[in-house]
Amino acid sequence: MVDFSLWDIVRNLLLAARWTVLLSVIAFVGGGLVGLLLVTLRLSKLPGTTPVVTAYVQIFQGVPLLVQLFLAYYGLGLLGINTSPWVAAGAGLTLYTSAFLAEIWRGCVESIPRGQWEASASLALNFREQLRYVIAPQALRIAVPPTVGFLVQVIKGTALASVIGFMELTKVGKTIANATFSPFLIFSCVAILYFLLCYPVSLYAKRLERKFHAHR
Amino acid sequence: MTIQLDFAAVFAEWPMLLTGVTWTLALTTASVLVGTLLGIACAWVRARGFGSALAPAWLAVPVGAYVEVIRNTPFIVQLFFIFFGLPAAGFRLSAESASFLAMVINLGAYATEIIRAGLEATPKGQLEAAQSLALNRWQIFTRVVLPPALKKVWPSMVSQIIIVMLGSSVCGQISTQELSYAADLIQSRNFRSFESFIVVGAMYLLLSIGIRLWLNWLGTNVLFGRR
Repeated sequence: MVDFSLWDIVRNLLLAARWTVLLSVIAFVGGGLVGLLLVTLRLSKLPGTTPVVTAYVQIFQGVPLLVQLFLAYYGLGLLGINTSPWVAAGAGLTLYTSAFLAEIWRGCVESIPRGQWEASASLALNFREQLRYVIAPQALRIAVPPTVGFLVQVIKGTALASVIGFMELTKVGKTIANATFSPFLIFSCVAILYFLLCYPVSLYAKRLERKFHAHR
Repeated sequence: MTIQLDFAAVFAEWPMLLTGVTWTLALTTASVLVGTLLGIACAWVRARGFGSALAPAWLAVPVGAYVEVIRNTPFIVQLFFIFFGLPAAGFRLSAESASFLAMVINLGAYATEIIRAGLEATPKGQLEAAQSLALNRWQIFTRVVLPPALKKVWPSMVSQIIIVMLGSSVCGQISTQELSYAADLIQSRNFRSFESFIVVGAMYLLLSIGIRLWLNWLGTNVLFGRR
């Protein structure tokens, strides 16, 4: 048993929370980029893209994130890539995030009236221009609240990276709990820190949602 | 470099996979039944517009705190808190009951918000009609308000139930013998880690597709059909 003062515990957890935040940012930015690519592919209506993107989304939404992370961890190793928890967690969470964001954004684009596509086509804009100048600016506005809302899911999802040995908030909490034998206190602190990270984002998403509805 | 995958070694351990599926389904079923009831109770407290006439107002604060705390912390932390934290406070649970409790508490919070949305969409005239028929509070809630509300939010509930089923994979971390725990056990026997998790991942995928289809069918044909 190791003696930890309350300050030692909080300080170590706060230091670990940095990695939770950083991993969330990586997953969110990476997932956003891949998600954007998926939505564009889906909208392009190139032959074969729709079933591929649909299957991709179905797979990543139908398999637990925990299993996805294990697959990324062992799969990258099989490919001969030296798997650090950073690479595996980053890759796993990026793919997971991309599938959800692609699905959210597809819904937003589909809520744009068909006439907008037709009108822009009749102005002789090509697919890229239609998307860039007519559809995306409108869809983006609808997309912001659910995207911010999903960020909460990503932050909570990073907690699962602890199972492949990523030293983030949950893993460090568990390690300290094992050393100090005071799991009640430590997991309370861990939960409070997650809450402090997620709750402002939830509130912000809710406010955006209300603001958007008020405009209509 | 060639990668040789050996799935036969994984399927040879099929009894463990079977145990895993059974535990996953049992935990999900039990926690969905209890969690939905908890969600209905909390939604009754939290629903606004007409709710103040139904539930005592002082309950709204603790229920609101419960919903926000659960929705803004990771499931794995909730599970660890219940399994590792509560025994330190003198409340000891087996891995299976801790998993069950964590899943009920988790689903309860999400179900609250889903069902609340359904309750709040009740047209005012329905309530007035029910009151004019001299139905009491309990009758109004269970006969007039709740059934159409549940029907409205059923698709969201189905999605949430799938999320809870997938989330139960985390319970393996405290040695509940569900499906992902089976994968871990199998790979520790034959060192086929990638193959084990591929097989188990595919099983989860099939389960989530199957459960979604079944629940959708159940919703339209049994629960909310022919009324």
